Amino acid sequence: MIRFADLYHALDSTTKTNVKIAAMAKYFESASSSDAAWATYFLCGNKLRRIVPTKLLRIWAAEEAGIPSWLFDESYHAVGDLAETLSLVVPPGDIKDDDSLAFWVNERLEPLRKMDEEAQRQHVVEIWNQTPAQLRFVVMKLITGAFRVGVSKRLVTRAIAQQSGVSADVVSHRLMGNWKPTPSFFESLVDPNVQDTLASQPYPFCLAHPINVEDGPQAIGDVCNYEAEWKWDGIRGQVIRRSGQTFIWSRGEELMENRWPEIESAAESLPDGTVLDGEILASQSDGTVLPFAQLQRRIGRKTVGKKLLTEVPVVFHAFDILECAAEDVREEPFAERRGRLEKLLSDCDHPHLRVTELISGMSWDELAKVREKSREMNAEGLMLKHKDATYDVGRVRGTWWKWKVKPFTIDAVLIYAQKGHGRRASLFTDYTFALWDGDQLVPFAKAYSGLDDQEIRKVDRFVRQNTHDTFGPVRSVTPKLVMELAFEGLQRSKRHKSGVATRFPRILRWRHDKQPEDANRLSELLEMLGDQE
Amino acid sequence: MVSLLQSTQRGLYCPVGDFYVDPRVAVNRAVVTHAHTDHARWGCRHYLAASPSEHLLRMRMNDDAEFEFMPYGESVTVGGVDVSFHPAGHMLGSAQVRLEYRGEVVVVTGDYKLGADPTCESWQPIPCHLLVTESTFGLPVYRWEPDEVTSGQINQWWRESRDAGLCCVLYGYAVGKSQRLLAGLDPSIGTIYTHGAVEKGNEAYRRTGVKLPETVFVGDLDRKHNFTGGMVVAVPSANGTPWLRRFGKVSTAMASGWMAVRGARRRRAVDRGFIVSDHVDWPSLLEAVRSCDPDTVWVTHGYTAAVARYLQENGRDAVAIDSRSRSESDEDRSQDSDDAPSEDGADDS
Ligand SMILES: [Zn+2]
Ligand SMILES: [Zn+2]
Repeated sequence: MIRFADLYHALDSTTKTNVKIAAMAKYFESASSSDAAWATYFLCGNKLRRIVPTKLLRIWAAEEAGIPSWLFDESYHAVGDLAETLSLVVPPGDIKDDDSLAFWVNERLEPLRKMDEEAQRQHVVEIWNQTPAQLRFVVMKLITGAFRVGVSKRLVTRAIAQQSGVSADVVSHRLMGNWKPTPSFFESLVDPNVQDTLASQPYPFCLAHPINVEDGPQAIGDVCNYEAEWKWDGIRGQVIRRSGQTFIWSRGEELMENRWPEIESAAESLPDGTVLDGEILASQSDGTVLPFAQLQRRIGRKTVGKKLLTEVPVVFHAFDILECAAEDVREEPFAERRGRLEKLLSDCDHPHLRVTELISGMSWDELAKVREKSREMNAEGLMLKHKDATYDVGRVRGTWWKWKVKPFTIDAVLIYAQKGHGRRASLFTDYTFALWDGDQLVPFAKAYSGLDDQEIRKVDRFVRQNTHDTFGPVRSVTPKLVMELAFEGLQRSKRHKSGVATRFPRILRWRHDKQPEDANRLSELLEMLGDQE
Repeated sequence: MVSLLQSTQRGLYCPVGDFYVDPRVAVNRAVVTHAHTDHARWGCRHYLAASPSEHLLRMRMNDDAEFEFMPYGESVTVGGVDVSFHPAGHMLGSAQVRLEYRGEVVVVTGDYKLGADPTCESWQPIPCHLLVTESTFGLPVYRWEPDEVTSGQINQWWRESRDAGLCCVLYGYAVGKSQRLLAGLDPSIGTIYTHGAVEKGNEAYRRTGVKLPETVFVGDLDRKHNFTGGMVVAVPSANGTPWLRRFGKVSTAMASGWMAVRGARRRRAVDRGFIVSDHVDWPSLLEAVRSCDPDTVWVTHGYTAAVARYLQENGRDAVAIDSRSRSESDEDRSQDSDDAPSEDGADDS
């Protein structure tokens, strides 16, 4: 466990990719399969379900530290992280035996779930007595179900590939989907000879790079080398048909079961050994794509009722084929895969399974005009795909590009601020912005990102010096700072005072040149809504 | 009856002797605990302080002031009040100020710590009726390791970085913290270099007779000097500036009590954070109160409300005399303060 805690701190204390990969590779080099499996599990972002209620942990920690609960809360407030507060407040313990990570998870943490409160308490206190702060922090992160470390799955994949000698593509494929952190899983993950046969297993998704909206696409080369498609605003998914079964995966590698019955039944008409990449969209029977807000009504529902099924039918717009006749075709050029895709879907001809339309034979200027229509089409812009490109894994540049429409922008006034979390726990980083309605400022959007560290510190200082009122964690401040916000879309909302909700609002820049009275009016925001509808 | 010490807008005031202890503004007569500028305020007419702080205070305060220095433990009478200085263990010359008048004893700790420090005399408890204590790190999350443990960590980092072909850059407050760090470094690992502000502090320390390892002032070297394997001790405001370029590939670290908390560590944007503080941590703050056993405690400078409430609940008369919470008061502090946790340039201990 000490090695795993050291790995955590090594990863946590650097931002350098190579240092992170080296630290992980070094860990895997001498970890047992059972430890390596759990480490892979946690590093990939999986968590244990919370093992002990945090309320109890707080009470016990205060008792062990000999402090009243208000002082624990005060400490928590200063630290900003519960596991860290637990690890700092309780006096440090001494390591007795250095048990393995797998032993910790299987024998010391998981069994806590089934114990009664008194037994839980005894074991937790024992853990505290046997751990110094650094080690305890990692254990507490696991117990509270909040373990998170700054590495992407891609980095973990590279580290395992580097250490085991198995190619990163293969490791990445084997890490897709659902797996259990068992020693045998890890052994097959790094086995150079194993055949990958699991029916449900998806492929890693190919990701697109953004085209700078100001500069346009000229820099990526000749338009003849590219095909264009709409960039739909739906849910990216992979439809797998193998061994007479259908699996639909989201890009977040979640297996979506019973959520999209139309697509599941459509997939039955696909031949075995087919994997399609595409977008799940709410769509009318004539193929017209509905706004994302409609699709949202079906997102998050585990099962879908009849009414919703008729009101918001969904269609899978396939734009690529990754496996055809049980053959991995990702190495073929895009144009060839596209040919296979068109043929396959015209053969099965199902209304809930469409090939996305190509927009061909245009110049960059003509495409720019087409792109202007994105909002009418309920699309986010255009996708540009190189005709010769293979289906890339990870973030290889230059094959898929997303050319989004210009975001909506508006100048708004900062009126509330709240402290951030994690790294920014003690700074005011979460802001609420307002627009004018008569002589009132009406809040309409929250934004967390877009300022650099120096600007954040300036705003933080402004908030501290200009607080009017405090409502719990929220400060209301003198309406003085004007910032330009960008957002991707708008929809009507009864829950919002302003009557509209913005999608992906973010701060574009701080308008030092503007006074609060120069900020936009709510009516101007509502006009944008009109444009969109 | 007038009390011996009053908490006023301008700082702690002794009406009987007509002087201030660590005033917040320039005053006529200042009795100061130590040379940090949030305690020794620039521009006073008269300063009274402990002898070992003489070089530092003369270096940092206005030349036109009158200075008077007293050895630790000896007392001088100011307007009928007996004033004496006693080691506070915070930095060279740091003192607790003891006031006695008609049998009543008041002790103002200034900044202090209980752990060992090779660059200054150790704190000692003084029985008193009223204790005025700082509370910069007055929360139970702050607990320091012994000095040898942290110096060991720093030297190990230096050794590893040297072997990896890097130059170490260690940030600490220019006066006090830097010299304590220097004293803990193992010169057999490599050459120790200093930033100008740190070197100035070193001079005052050396003149006072504190033994520090040999240091080379970066400004004395030519532009092409190779720093690989070396250790540069610098002020935190140097982090992220072009000044760092000349050192080639570096590993950076911050030494401060705030480094105990991960969020603060990450905000600093340095490679390593070492928990080295010249203030009392939670257990030693409580120990100090226990061993001085005052009737009343005034809590200032930091987590005042939390410490005062905790002491009250444990049966001691205690008040927070500086009621602003620490986060609110950060930015009001001088940039030169040794206590501010997050502002650039201002460093703590
Ligand atoms: Zn100080
Ligand atoms: Zn201070």
